[in-house]
Order: sequence, then C-alpha cells, then structure tokens
Amino acid sequence: MNKTSAPDVWEELVTSALLGTARRTPPGVVPGSDAPTALLDAAAVETVRRRAGLRPTRAAERPQPAPQDSRPALPAAASRRLSMLLADRPGTGSSGRRGTAPDLMELLPQWLSAANAHGYAAPPHLVPALLDAARGRTDLRPAALAFAGPRATWLARLNPDWRFALRATPGGGTALPPPQDTAAVRQLWEEGLFAERVALLATIRAREAAAARELLATTWATERAEDRLMFLDSLRTGLSADDEPFLEQALADRSRNVRATAAELLSALPGSALAARMAVRAGACVAVDRTHATPTIVIEAPHECDPGMERDGVVAKAPSGRGERSWWFGQLVEAAPLSGWPDRLGGRTPEEIVALPVADDWRDELHAAWCRAAVRQRDARWARALLGVPAAPEAGGPGAVSLAERAKLLGTLGAEERAEWVAGFIATHGLSEAFQLLGVCTVPWAAPLGRAVVDALNIARDAGSYPWSFSGVMGLAERCLDPGEAGRLEGLMAVPDEREDASPGAGGYWAEAFQRLVTTLRLRGAMAEELKGEPKG
Amino acid sequence: MTQQGVRWTADQVLALAPDAASRKAGSKLGAAGPWSEAGSSEEGTVWGLCKGSGSKPYQTVIDLADAAGPAYKCSCPSRKFPCKHALGLLLLWAGGEGAVPPGPAPDWAGQWIEGRRQRAQEKRTAEPAGSAAGAGDPEGARRRAERRAVRITAGATELEQRLADLLRGGLAGAEQAGYGLWEETAARMVDAQAPGLASRVRELGAIPSSGPGWPVRLLEECALIHLLDQGWLRRERLPDGLASTVRSRIGLPASADGPPLRDRWLVLAQYDTADARLTTRRIWLHGTDSGRTALLLSYGAAGRAPELALPVGLELEAEVSAYPGKGQLRAALGEQFAPPAPSATRPPGVSTDQAAARYGEALRDDPWLDSVPVTLDRVIPAPDGDSWQLADADGDSALPLTPTARSRPGLWRLVALSGGAPVKVFGECGHRGFTPLTAWPEGTGEAVQLC
Repeated sequence: MNKTSAPDVWEELVTSALLGTARRTPPGVVPGSDAPTALLDAAAVETVRRRAGLRPTRAAERPQPAPQDSRPALPAAASRRLSMLLADRPGTGSSGRRGTAPDLMELLPQWLSAANAHGYAAPPHLVPALLDAARGRTDLRPAALAFAGPRATWLARLNPDWRFALRATPGGGTALPPPQDTAAVRQLWEEGLFAERVALLATIRAREAAAARELLATTWATERAEDRLMFLDSLRTGLSADDEPFLEQALADRSRNVRATAAELLSALPGSALAARMAVRAGACVAVDRTHATPTIVIEAPHECDPGMERDGVVAKAPSGRGERSWWFGQLVEAAPLSGWPDRLGGRTPEEIVALPVADDWRDELHAAWCRAAVRQRDARWARALLGVPAAPEAGGPGAVSLAERAKLLGTLGAEERAEWVAGFIATHGLSEAFQLLGVCTVPWAAPLGRAVVDALNIARDAGSYPWSFSGVMGLAERCLDPGEAGRLEGLMAVPDEREDASPGAGGYWAEAFQRLVTTLRLRGAMAEELKGEPKG
Repeated sequence: MTQQGVRWTADQVLALAPDAASRKAGSKLGAAGPWSEAGSSEEGTVWGLCKGSGSKPYQTVIDLADAAGPAYKCSCPSRKFPCKHALGLLLLWAGGEGAVPPGPAPDWAGQWIEGRRQRAQEKRTAEPAGSAAGAGDPEGARRRAERRAVRITAGATELEQRLADLLRGGLAGAEQAGYGLWEETAARMVDAQAPGLASRVRELGAIPSSGPGWPVRLLEECALIHLLDQGWLRRERLPDGLASTVRSRIGLPASADGPPLRDRWLVLAQYDTADARLTTRRIWLHGTDSGRTALLLSYGAAGRAPELALPVGLELEAEVSAYPGKGQLRAALGEQFAPPAPSATRPPGVSTDQAAARYGEALRDDPWLDSVPVTLDRVIPAPDGDSWQLADADGDSALPLTPTARSRPGLWRLVALSGGAPVKVFGECGHRGFTPLTAWPEGTGEAVQLC
C-alpha cells in the first residue's frame, strides 16, 4: 500500500538506524548518549503514522471476465462429493493397505464422466483442484477439462502450472472460427500454430469430412513430413471411399511413415483399389487343398516383396527373428478385405473357414492376420468367428488368438454381445485371464457379466487363495459393477469359518475385500443419486 | 429446535478434523458401508457402529447440542480427537437422511449422553459457588501481581538498554549477529514474565534474512517494541483502555470480563497457525444484529488441533464477552442458546478505501495492531506483476495481498470463484496488505474458505 508520510524524514531515520547513532544522528536529534532513544521515539511515531496513513494502491488492469458457463449448477450434494474425491490425492495416505475403505481417487474418472453426461457446470471454486488433479493424471484431462469448462481455460491463462489446459483445449481456448467462415478457416489453417491447425482440421473433419480433406489438400505439398503424418492421421475420423484418391496419392509420399499410414487407411476401406490389389496378392497365397481327407488350407507365402507391394505399404524388412516370407504374408492378409475370403475359399462362411485345418503350422500366422484385419475393418462377423465360443477349451489357453487380440476383437462387437462373451469366458476359465477382456466391457457391467465375476470371485475364495491374487479384477469390479448389485453381495461380507486347507487368515481378507467392494458400490450408487439432483433441492 | 433441518455440510464436518490425515481417513468412512445401527436423535445426538479391523465394531457417538461445540466418544484406541470414526459418522449424517435415521438411542450411546447432560447440569448449578471460591485469596493474588510487575519493569528496562545499544552501533551489525542475540534476549524476557515482549523480540531475529527492505522492517519493529516498553514503564499515566491494551500486549493474563453480548454470531473464518510449541486457532465471528466482530482464540499442543471448532458458514446464538483493552476484538464464548446451524447470512461489506481507513483508525486504540478484520464488498482479484490485489469493482482503488496470501492455494480458489466478476471477501487488512480468508460469490452461493 502507499505510505503517505514525509518520505525524507523516515529515510533519514532508517539511514541513521542502519549506520548507528554513534556515526550519524538524524536531523532534530541531539548527538550523545540519549540519541538512540530519541531515534526510537521518532521512529515509533513515524511507524504508527505511516501505518495509519496507508491508502489503497491504484487498481491494476482487471482480468477479462471469464466466459459464462450456461450449464446448470451442480447439485449441492454432488458438489460436496466432488470436493471429497478431489481431497483424496494419491500420496497423502500413510498406509499401503487399503482396508475396507473405497479408493476415492479411482472413482473420480467415472464421477466426471457422469457429471459430463448430465451436462452440469463445475463449481468455480473447485476448478483449481480439478486442474491440479488433471495436471498429475493425463488420463483424467479430457473429462476434467470438459467438466471444468470455460473457467478452466480462463484460469490456465493466469497460472503457468495449468498451461496444459490451453494445449488440450482446441485452439488454446481461443474459439475456432465457425466452419462456414471459409476465409477465417483458411487464414487459421495457413497461419495458425500446429496445435491450432490440428484442432481445426479435427473439428471440420468431424462435421464435414470432405471439407477437411480439401483443406488439407491445399497445403499438402508444403507440409513437413511429421506434420503430414499427424494431419493424415486425423482423416481416420469419418473415413470413407471418397478419401481414396487422396490416400492413393499419399501412397507415393516421400516419407515412409506417411506411406504406411495411407496404406493402413486404404486397407480399412474394403472397396478401395489398394484393398483389391491386396486381395489378389493374399488370395494367391491361400488355397484349399481338396486332396486331403478333410479339406485343408495350404499357404504359399510370397517369395519376394516387389516394389508394388512396398508402395502399397508392405514393410519389406522383417523384424529380427521372423522369417521374411511369413512377415510379408501376414501383412498381405491383414490388408486384404475379409469379405473376399468366402468366395476365394469355396463359398464357406467365416466360421467354417476358421474351423478349417491349416497345413504346415501356418494356422497361427493366418489367424493372427485375420484378427488384425477384423479389427482394422471393424468386421463383427469375422470377429465373432475368430473369437469362437467362449467356453471352448482353447479359448482359455495360449491358442492362436492371444488375449490382447481377443480384447481388440471384442471391441468390434456390440456392448451386450461383448459382455455376454466375457461372462461365458469367465464362467469356464475363471478370472486369472479375464482382466484384459473385462477392460473392454462397457461400464456398468451388464447383469450377466457382473454375476459371472462375482461368482468367480466367490469360487476363488472357496478355493482358499488370497484376495490379492485377484486385486486387479477386484479393483475393476469396484469401479465397474452395477451399484444395484451391492445388495446381492452382502452375504459375502461376513468372515467365513476357516477351513483347514485354506490359506491362513484368507477368510478375513476376503471379507474385507468384499466389504470394500460393497462400500464402493454403495458410494457409487450415492454418487449417481446425487448427480441426478435431490428432489427436495 | 430440531436437528433434522440443520444438517451440517461436509465441509463444515471436515473442518473439525485435527489434521489432514484424519480428514482423509474420515472422508473414507463417510459412506454407508462400514456403518451399522447408525441413528440420530432430535436433541442433536448421532451414533453408529463402525466395522474396523477387529471383530468388535467401534461404538461412536457424537453430541452436537453442546454449547462448547460438538463432543465425541468412540471406543477406538485412536488418540486423535475427533477420531476418524467420529468424522466419518458426521459425514454420513451430513450426507443425507437415509443413512442415519432418527430413532431412540441404544443403551451404550444413551448412557454417555445422559451422563454428559447430568454433568453439564451440575456444572451450571455449581458455577456461582465456584467463581466465588476462585477469588479466595485476593491479598495473595495482589502480591503476586505486584512481584510480577516489578520483574516486567526490570525486563522492559533491560530491553530498552539493549535496543539503545543496537541503535547506537547500527542495525547493519544485526545482520551478522543472527538469531543468537535475539534468542538470548527473548529468553531474558521470558524470565521477566513478559511473554508478549519475548515473542516480539524472537521475531526480530528473522527480519534481517527476510529479503529486500529488511532495515525498514527491523526499525519499525524495534520502534514498536520501544513503544511497548515505554507504554509499560509509564502505564500509570495512560488512559485506562490503552493501559489495558499495553498489559495484554506485554502478555499479562486477563479474563474476558466484558459484559456478555448476546447475538446471532456468524462464523466468518477459522484457521490455525502453528509454531514449534503451540497450535493457535483463530475464529472470527460477526454479530448479525450488533454488527460487532469478535475473535475467539483457542490453543492446542503442537501438532494437535485446538478443541473449539466452529466451521465457517454456521450461525450460533450465544453470548460472547470481550477481553479488556480498548479496541480489542478478542472475546470468549459464553453461554450458547442453540447449537450452531448453517446460515445463508453474509456480513455487510465496505470498499477498499474504507477498509484501509478502518485499519488506520484501529491503530489509535492499539498502535501494535498488525491488521483488522474487514469484509470487502464487490472486489475483483486482479494480477499485479508477481502478486495479486483485490480491486474495487466500482472504483479505482485496490488492496495488495499479503506475501503469505499470495502463496496459498486459497488464492486460486478466490480467483476461480471470481472469474473476473466482483466477489465479497472477508479477511484481515493491515500494513502488509490484505489476507483473504473467506469469499462469497455474487448472487447466491455458499461461503468458500480460502485459508
């Protein structure tokens, strides 16, 4: 604040005090043994005078008001819940064991997505805590920033710690021009920063796919290779046959990565010329041999990787430890449209094709390539055929189709079918292999899936193992089980009598784990209720 | 008054927690899972059984109706107070009607409550007699006070001598002398039974290392100690009010013997400061009828929360009595007529000009005052170089924030709450700047704690 006393009097006092009255006395003070006291007297008067005369300073430039958040306010109970979830920061706890208390931080992601689904506005005073949480956990950022809304970008401009919020928001928080405003779009596209341009392209692509492609084509030749790669990647959204000419031209790009991405995108278009070329190449390698007692697929892998194949995105050099021919073969089958195989292989359905024996140990290679193709082309029919029956014995083992591939295949199916398949898998094979598969299921879990998981946990408990062998699935169950299931779990919370063959103390730990599960489910139920808003306000 | 309508908010419950770990542990227990047989009564009692790691659940019971703040009892072995179970149960109760239904108290809870009520009753009837007994030996008390005054006078005289020596040799030398000199002098003041002087002297030690401008601050503080010494040595000639202020600044004990003022007191802020030995809790109250501001102080041993806890946003009808000294805001909480309940009342505010003037006026009664409590109306937090200020929305003036306020997370809560729009802010306004403690958004909305 402004000090309004005569500055020179005070300055003189400070100077004398600093040097000592033995060396210097301020004006009006008699040098000598009483000089220090006289100086203190004068300084006391001045100090109180200066403080009493304090005036406010001139106001600095005030920040631009934050844009209005037109979303409805969060219900009060939900707002308190959020502040509790945010207060539970990792690393603040002292004990490693979790006991029966829910892990609040793990519930934040679904709280945020539920709040976003309701379309609530964040309470302004909690936005700093939201930004701090999102700063530490990148996976939280999209949902946290969407929920925090315009206040977050407004704050991020004032605090460098939260700069990430500007990067993550399209256009650094500055509004993108409306797509109709072609002049402004052109200007931002030609002069904007890279992040702004990516955001612009993504926004337009989502609304009008062709316009984005045309915009990209205007400057394609002058872009740097790594930028071309990023821009090309944004065409993945809304990919259609209309994009083929552009992608076909990108197959001749100077950069190998750009060529590979273009080829990958083209192969996801079963009607494209590249897909047709691949179909011919792959078809030449696979045939049904009818001379065997049962029809058998025989493979004749390509002998060379010709320039045409390379131009269509086939990588010529195999990773170390892999045969060149099987490497090329895998890429061909992966990029060939799956719809061509039934005709090529005697009019069989995908199920029948998958069931055919394959000669000379080519089965794993062929099926793996088909899996990748089914995922890339999002072909549910083939995915279903390749997944097989969940209860089949080889489904649980390290068969042709790995768990990771299965998880990806499941992603091409509808939510209900996915849950049912995983439920069937767990019912037969238990939980030890199920973690990855559970991860692709829609939250909250459908009833049959939830029941399968709980039953399997119950079986694991009865088998006498410790609950932490299942901590991954337990954690998932806490986050993903339908909160409505909590009632059915109550019986599991009691500590069972210890059996002789069980691991010592396991019963108590299981009871604790189930208590935590039920507590968390109840908490999630309460969270969902709070977000619906209290009827009584 | 029934308890059903006045459930606390979770924030208010969490403000009772003695430390961050308890707050976290308590908030985890604030869900229905581990609780059974929970219930509450019309009189403001909450109870429940909490499943812990042992086979027998802990019995937790809380009495919210007590005049001196909530009382807790829990069968857990924790030495924290309140323990996490009490906090969790209160959170459960704050969270809604379903989990803690009204009903008759079970025996184990009822007995404790009955006992408390009975003791409170006995205390109330015994009080008049007790206070008479306290004044048992007036002659002895007077002699003790005289002996202490002689000691303080000797200490103040010695301190004057040391200050004179310091000023004769120059403050520049103090930079080299370091803490040792001041610690030793402070110890002498403790011996002289003048704790107020001792703590002021101790603080001098930190000034030479406090950054640019330290000679000004050191001279100011030396001058104010000198002023206090002189005030003590000439206390007979001072007006009564100022003499009391000097006595309390020196550190003489006083009792809150001002006339009790009954009002509906709104809790404006509660915050703790801690040093190596002591946790000090300050609670600012605003009398909604009288317009008075009162400060309640309570103390706890280092690392432990003081017992009195009044969460921000509650209002309580009670009597407070002021401590002696002109312009002193410190008061003691007397009889409470109703348990604290949430309130939407906001204190009236002033402009930044008026706030600065109010500090100036307060120095007339107490020149040693560092700050006064003020509510600012319609101010906008604005960045000002490295720091922040609170600028009048409708004027050209602004109050800078104090250095401590600048580095607290509360600053960002305040900035976020405002979003560039005017807010109402309660805080302490003094020569170092303004320390915001609580803020209210424009329109409706709950108070947001900033400290």
